[in-house]
Amino acid sequence: MNGWQLIRRTEPREWGSVAVFATAFAVSLAICALLLQVQGHNGAGGVWLLLKGGFGHVYSYGEILLKAIPIFLCSLGVALCFRLQVWNIGAEGQYVIGTLGGCWFVLNFPGLPAWLVLPGTLAAAMLSGGIWAGLAALLRQRWGMNEIISTLMLNYIGIEILNHLIYGSWRDPAAMNQAVGPYFPPAAVIGRIWDSDFWLKHGVSEGTADFFFQFFGRAHWGVLSCILAGLLCSFLLRKSRLGYEITAAGSNPRAARTAGISYNRLVILVMFLCGALAGLAGFQECSANLERLEPNIVMGYGYTAVVVAWLARLRIMRIALFTLVLAGLRFGVENIEQDLQISHAFANTLEGIILITVLAGQLFNDYKISRKGRPAASGATGGEERGS
Amino acid sequence: MEVEKTFIELLLPYILALAPALAAAVSTGTPILFATLGELVTERGGVLNLGVEGMMMVGSLAAFVICYHTGSPWFGLLCGGAAAMAMSALHGLVCMVFQGSQVVSGLALTIFGVGVANYLGTPYIQQKAEGFTTFSIPLLSSIPLLGRVFFQQDAMVYLSYLLPFLLWFLLRRTRFGLALRASGENPEAVRAAGISPFKMRWASILLGGFLVGLGGAYLALAFMRMWADNLVAGRGWIAVALVIFAFWRPGRAVLGVYLFAGVTAYLFRVQALGVPIPSSIMAMLPYVMTLLVLFVSSLRGKGSGAPADLGNNFKVGD
Repeated sequence: MNGWQLIRRTEPREWGSVAVFATAFAVSLAICALLLQVQGHNGAGGVWLLLKGGFGHVYSYGEILLKAIPIFLCSLGVALCFRLQVWNIGAEGQYVIGTLGGCWFVLNFPGLPAWLVLPGTLAAAMLSGGIWAGLAALLRQRWGMNEIISTLMLNYIGIEILNHLIYGSWRDPAAMNQAVGPYFPPAAVIGRIWDSDFWLKHGVSEGTADFFFQFFGRAHWGVLSCILAGLLCSFLLRKSRLGYEITAAGSNPRAARTAGISYNRLVILVMFLCGALAGLAGFQECSANLERLEPNIVMGYGYTAVVVAWLARLRIMRIALFTLVLAGLRFGVENIEQDLQISHAFANTLEGIILITVLAGQLFNDYKISRKGRPAASGATGGEERGS
Repeated sequence: MEVEKTFIELLLPYILALAPALAAAVSTGTPILFATLGELVTERGGVLNLGVEGMMMVGSLAAFVICYHTGSPWFGLLCGGAAAMAMSALHGLVCMVFQGSQVVSGLALTIFGVGVANYLGTPYIQQKAEGFTTFSIPLLSSIPLLGRVFFQQDAMVYLSYLLPFLLWFLLRRTRFGLALRASGENPEAVRAAGISPFKMRWASILLGGFLVGLGGAYLALAFMRMWADNLVAGRGWIAVALVIFAFWRPGRAVLGVYLFAGVTAYLFRVQALGVPIPSSIMAMLPYVMTLLVLFVSSLRGKGSGAPADLGNNFKVGD
């Protein structure tokens, strides 16, 4: 470190952020190629397959959208918590518990009028996810429990509750060897965006119907909830008093308390919101994509959401952007998983590498590196020698 | 009289279950002990490393693969420690050099470590490795009841008995330990004393990482003796929680680990005796126990005993 110094930039570089992300992604993909090579695959070819499969097909977009829905919802919630400096890593567990809440409603109120079923289940999912997150918030605010560990433990516990139910009382006896729940009634299923049968009946030609079917794939109307949630969060953070309080308390909790902001209330509220969004994400995935409760509802979206929230630096539009990018990469990994016979864990590996490289790369955005002794260039204030 | 006798008879198997539970606690506790002590050293130096889970995964895979191919558990152990140390060096690089957030870097390390170990370990799933063999220590192992529990184990367990004393000595009785602890409390003071807190933190990161890796290696080479997906299964996070429970002191860490492992092992024994506890409840037990551990330690007040400068990067160029 001798001979060099870091100087904090007063204003971020205009295109620096893009350059940092581009470099970080390139480095990450290079490392992935190396990892593929280690296992005896063609590294560069594998990464090319990953990108082509993830982004380069007509059917990629529907799949990206499908995966983006839960990731975006979870990530919004996580970002709200992170803005308040509350390290909620529990979106995964809240997602699972929300799914269970929704399924509980579906299984226990079969006689409800059809128009009430979906709102009821979604509310139950959001409420249960919210309560699960609220539990960690309560433990943090009342007893000062470390929320990183408590939310993580609640993730593991949530998944075990799912296993308990799916291998126990919620198991469908009709499904022979599989531990799955019974299929939902049609009223509880969120429809796909493109329903070919419907449009064919209404005089759309087969070719057009086919094209849209390929394009939208399995993407479902849950995308509306993303748009709604995104707009609401944006409004919350930019225009409302509450959003102002979150930002203020996040940057300085003590000052916020002095200013009369109830920090406890904020933390519990924000955690509840995150849990509700994650729960909504979970049940929508369950209802639209699987149409019944299955153990493989647990996809690790909750952890991807943490990565996305951080890459986006907690900004909502960027969350949308990075959600799409990571959803595409996840789909790409699924593609090469089948082609190259590699483990599903490759997706997490890739996400971890991206997060690490971007985190390291931020240095070049936040600081200016110059030789010691030379006068600092414009755009930077006087710096102090780094610690060594 | 009749009733009392049957009462004792009823209770007797549960009391007798304590001894095998204690033995099981030693083998389940040892990997967590190594990881807890490793994280403790790192945090004492002022660096929060939440990547323990990922580091343990990478450490256990490295240890397993090396032992599988060379047949030497000791070489495997060394490589396991080195691999986790390399991971912690990555954390050090991101936080100390690139000024990244310690929380996020640690989480990234866990996501990456768990992912890459599962990915690279796929061909080894269900494969078995030689691992460590147990041997009894003469004299000590003939102590009634406890002798067989504590002194008929493998070399790693014996090492884990020594380690807390070594760390206590290192942290409390050497100049190096003083400087390391001071870097966690007040790095400016360390700098004023003419020692580089930057180097001390690096030392705490690397030493801690190596110990965490030994914990992972123990899991693969002595506890499981085979490779499985997600081998570590949350033990890294348990270690992070136990550091808080231990108030950052090696002695209390030992207490916490064996208490944690003992209660868990005892409940498994009780279940084996026919008490109807659903297996999924047993599966969530370690995580519920971790929450309890955290709860108990938080009753003592928030962050009591935590190094004052824990989790902060050195201020640069502000």
